[in-house]
Amino acid sequence: MSRPEAQLLGSESVAAAGGGHVSASMWRQAGRRFAANRVAMASLFTLGLIALACLFAPLLSPHTLEDTYWEYILVPPSLENSHWFGTDANGRDLFVRVFHGGRISLAIGVLTTLVALTIGLAYGATAGFVGGKTDGVMMRAVDVLYSLPLLFFIIILVTVFGRNIWLIFLSIGALEWLTMSRIVRGQTLSVRRKEYVESAYAIGLPAGAILRRYIVPNVIGPVIVYVTLLIPTNIVVESYLSFLGLGVQEPLTSWGLLISQGAEELQVAPWLLLFPATLLSLTMFCFNFIGDGLRDALDAAQR
Amino acid sequence: MLIYIAQRLLVAIPTLLIIVMASFFLMHGAPGGPFDGDAQLEPEVLENIRAAYDLDKPVPLQFWLYLKGLLRGDFGPSIVYKDFNVTELIAVGLPVSLKLGLSAMLLAVVLGGLGGIIAALRQNGWVDYTIMAVAMTGIALPSFVIAPLLALVFGLYLSLLPVAGWNDGAVANMVLPVIALALPQVAIIARLMRGGMLEVLGSNFVRTARAKGLSEAQVVSRHVLKTAATPLISYLGPALAGVMTGSVVIEQIFNLPGMGRYFVQGALNRDYPVVMGIVVVYATTIILLNLLTDLAYGVLDPRVRRGYR
Repeated sequence: MSRPEAQLLGSESVAAAGGGHVSASMWRQAGRRFAANRVAMASLFTLGLIALACLFAPLLSPHTLEDTYWEYILVPPSLENSHWFGTDANGRDLFVRVFHGGRISLAIGVLTTLVALTIGLAYGATAGFVGGKTDGVMMRAVDVLYSLPLLFFIIILVTVFGRNIWLIFLSIGALEWLTMSRIVRGQTLSVRRKEYVESAYAIGLPAGAILRRYIVPNVIGPVIVYVTLLIPTNIVVESYLSFLGLGVQEPLTSWGLLISQGAEELQVAPWLLLFPATLLSLTMFCFNFIGDGLRDALDAAQR
Repeated sequence: MLIYIAQRLLVAIPTLLIIVMASFFLMHGAPGGPFDGDAQLEPEVLENIRAAYDLDKPVPLQFWLYLKGLLRGDFGPSIVYKDFNVTELIAVGLPVSLKLGLSAMLLAVVLGGLGGIIAALRQNGWVDYTIMAVAMTGIALPSFVIAPLLALVFGLYLSLLPVAGWNDGAVANMVLPVIALALPQVAIIARLMRGGMLEVLGSNFVRTARAKGLSEAQVVSRHVLKTAATPLISYLGPALAGVMTGSVVIEQIFNLPGMGRYFVQGALNRDYPVVMGIVVVYATTIILLNLLTDLAYGVLDPRVRRGYR
């Protein structure tokens, strides 16, 4: 994938994105390239703004999540009555609800990704590091799971165990680790055969130290890229469930739930759809551009 | 080739069995049940109802009975829709979902394929950027956002198309749902196709074809397309899974009488037989398509069936 970008604008103020001492220069180079990618940087900035707004914007409004105003039902956005985004069919303030919903959506996106990351890393690293027959069987199982409509299994889990928010994020995370494990396994496998790992074996370094010092720093790049792409995927999965009434339950709210309520009132109150849909879409774009930018930066730096 | 087919079948059948088993035991081992809402029922009445649905028998026996029923095409009774059994509900919903899903798949492959080819041939030109920007939009926007927006613009503001309803599958009623359903897949397929094309266009045999004096059109149509399209085939399975999951929300939004609606209602009411039956139908369809694409791959690429990869 080749994306022409303004290169070599290298601003020295960019902090290198961590990493082991082994590949410090690679990380610095990747950081510089990422900083030169205007679309990615703008996305990072926008995403930061959205996250801050979700945290603090509800405090700016005189209303709370549960306040209902019977005299203001489905009023359009206005600056005069302090319902900046209008109100919903129960007379609740949309401004507060949208950003409260954003907290839940973003939190679920991050937490489910952490669950998927943990499982995927452990599973993929084991398969890749052990190799041989074990690897074959483990990856066959992933292939089989991969070919199934996993979302339906999440719906079964939700049907069975009830609509509890913790269970929802656990089950999303527990089903979305497949690609992660494939990436980790592939990277581990290719790194394991490198000469420097062989020589580390030769000088008698224990397996744990090899994993920590050589395998993990080299595997982490693609994993970070995939994490930035998995977070929006999981936000969409949660929104999908909430949209169907199988996810987050009132009085809590999320972007998916707000979008479904907005879709119901489409004809009378389109703003109920437009505000949460815009925020969700903006978030999706930001994560995708950041992921693409990171991939380009790391690809170029590794060459 | 026969061995290859047998291998694929040996994977497909147990997979299906495991799916049925896993979802069955999950649902029946779970605390609570579909009759929890009817709190006023007398214990004896509840006992009788449970007996009528075989719910008083041990779970393994229930599974055996269910499996025997499945083989005869009997998905059992629905617990909530008292006058229908699950087979009848599926018979009503499946044709609608099928028509919707197949149209969306067709649109996705044609539009996505064409888009990807054109973008690759005009790499880094404005056509390429436009197509890829649209593709990015399709990937970033989930169908449950696209669908209400389409309904808002084309249904309400422009009044060109009906906002909802099935109307026996009239073309006007199909346009918006099919577009909303296909768009995410169009985007992914266009990106896949573009990537495949670019890789093949830079390869040695294409240089050879150009060197021996073929026109660009001949190079593309004879040599590039066939090779570049193979990754597309292996994406058909995931694409169908995407269309099916998308169909569940699309049917909800446009108020279409498909299988997805019964699925969601079943999940909300904990109507186990309905949810089970529909998952079995979905899973079978996907496994069948994966089997077909595996076989197609085996025919197109001899390396696959001989087991290098």
